[in-house]
Amino acid sequence: MKAWHFSENAYPYLPPADEYESIRVNLPNKNYDPEKGAKLYDRFLDEWLIAEDEGMEIMLNEHHQTATCVDPAAPIVLGALARLSKKARLLILGNPVANRRQPVRVAEEMALVDVLSRGRLECGFVRGVPYEVLPANSNPVRMNERQWEAIDLIVKAWTSHDGPVSHEGRFFHHRNINIWPRPYQQPHPPIWVSTTSPGGAQQVGTRGYVQATFLTGFDGTRKIFDSYRKGWREAGRGNDVPIDRLAYAALVYTADSEQRAYEGADKLLWYMRANKVPFHYQYPPGYMPVSAMAQVMRGAALDQHAALKDKMVVEKAVEAGIMMAGTPDQVYAQVKRFYEHVGGFGHLLIMGQAGFLEHDDTVHGIRTFAREVYPRLNADYPDTAISSVQQERVVA
Amino acid sequence: MTDVANTLERRTLSIAGAEIELFEGGQGAPLLFLHSGQGVTAGDPFLALLAKERRVIAPSHPGFGKSSLPDWADSVDDMAHIYLELMDRLDHGKVDLVGCSIGGWIAAEIATKVPERIKRLVMIGPVGVKIGTPDKLDIPDVFAMPQEKFAKLIFHDPDKFRPDLKTMPEEAIAAMVRNRETLALIAWEPYMHNPKLKHRLHRVTVPALFVRGESDGLVSAQYLQGYAGLLPDARTETIAKAGHSPQLEQPQVLLTKVLAFLNA
Repeated sequence: MKAWHFSENAYPYLPPADEYESIRVNLPNKNYDPEKGAKLYDRFLDEWLIAEDEGMEIMLNEHHQTATCVDPAAPIVLGALARLSKKARLLILGNPVANRRQPVRVAEEMALVDVLSRGRLECGFVRGVPYEVLPANSNPVRMNERQWEAIDLIVKAWTSHDGPVSHEGRFFHHRNINIWPRPYQQPHPPIWVSTTSPGGAQQVGTRGYVQATFLTGFDGTRKIFDSYRKGWREAGRGNDVPIDRLAYAALVYTADSEQRAYEGADKLLWYMRANKVPFHYQYPPGYMPVSAMAQVMRGAALDQHAALKDKMVVEKAVEAGIMMAGTPDQVYAQVKRFYEHVGGFGHLLIMGQAGFLEHDDTVHGIRTFAREVYPRLNADYPDTAISSVQQERVVA
Repeated sequence: MTDVANTLERRTLSIAGAEIELFEGGQGAPLLFLHSGQGVTAGDPFLALLAKERRVIAPSHPGFGKSSLPDWADSVDDMAHIYLELMDRLDHGKVDLVGCSIGGWIAAEIATKVPERIKRLVMIGPVGVKIGTPDKLDIPDVFAMPQEKFAKLIFHDPDKFRPDLKTMPEEAIAAMVRNRETLALIAWEPYMHNPKLKHRLHRVTVPALFVRGESDGLVSAQYLQGYAGLLPDARTETIAKAGHSPQLEQPQVLLTKVLAFLNA
């Protein structure tokens, strides 16, 4: 199993939440102090490099027009990390390709990083969360279709080496595709796709890309991984799904005492508590299927949000499987339990920093996990392990 | 009011890969009615009144109501082309064309393509052109505002039109969601307009009437004037105690004005 240190690069120095409508989309950037922001970038880069020193891999992501994640151009930070780091795999999860007008430009950016890092890039693609459509001016309807055409076009750009090729598709048009540099890894960097829906996961499984899911808890994650395994098998990729095809992102904080761990973990929950976003940014038209959106209109969203609020204390978050927190023994047991429940996964994406979790505490969490939990997980779950739920293994 | 369910009959036509739902009724000169983003139903009160005087033909736009949305369609221009074929198929000769809001935009696109097929044009709270400066949306962003604010912008009296989402039938709520989705598909960017349209409207030489409700928070008086000014023979009217949908809030007043114009 591989563990990845992930930070959203949040800017937490905000006025009280009741003084603004939304932390995303319309929060005025006069609330952002570039001096403080510069120090935060330095700090977050340092923390990624510390995680690398401890044997962990590096993951970053991208959001727009929000204080929750001040990394609106992840490929640029990825470029910095490619030079600053030496050995860690570099996962960008990911490029919001349904919101990017030029997939070929994305292929160029990623190829550059792959060469710069001597082939350490793991290239993720995401559809983008609903509140990204306004910042990107991106039509929320038919995003899935755009995303898949963009991914296929990027792979074509990466793997065409004999001069210009062209693309005249449904959403994208490119007369001359002949990227320089081409990727360092052959035939191309590993591809990751994030989805939190079973339907999406099946499609990712069909293609055999790495499937990542975020904070979907015990049962949600199992459904998603089941769909991935189904898609994988139905596409004729064989019965065995290697665990390195599946990734789960959770809030994780490990410390030398339970009390310290819970205090740190509570600060990580800023990630969920601070995500104040009104209904009309959360649910743009066409982002979800009509039937699901109809349920939301009836009030299902309110129920969901109420359920989520309940999980915003450490014990409940751990119980729900969206957080692993405690001493090394406790965190080890929590990851194992989750692993067994969902059928196994090869990548633990650790949201190890959020909000006001300061540098020293962040580093303590990284080091305690890396030194006292990670080796045990590696021993139990080698990268060659197979992912399947218990019943399937019994039948097999 | 007469039994509206009997006034309009529903049927379906296949056009260019789309199954188009069509409401028809009444006697008299043919009138093609293009609905707003809210969609149209057989029980539409304004159409019931109109059908007493005219042969009313009211399709659901592709992706609205029960009309299907072909994969290839994603613009107002596509809808206009589907309706050109509908007009060919129905073979009514020249028609009066009435469009509300997004339906007004579709009507304007049709009128620029085949002005000779239109007798008179009525635009009710229409969108479709860019009148103002680049640094301000002409039409407030309906995809990025709270429902309550939206209701205040489109209705003179929002309390009369607040849907009860808890009790609304499944089918109606799904239609509402789907209508909004299709509206976003075709009006997201450029937002609520076609930059080319204003350079084509000079072709529409038939008499045109531009109407807005006095309380319309989406289509301003200035916007309506600017839009009407792009056509050689257009006049404007304002309906009191109505917002973006005078056909819902003041159907009788609107009917009187529309018929006076069409019969002139």
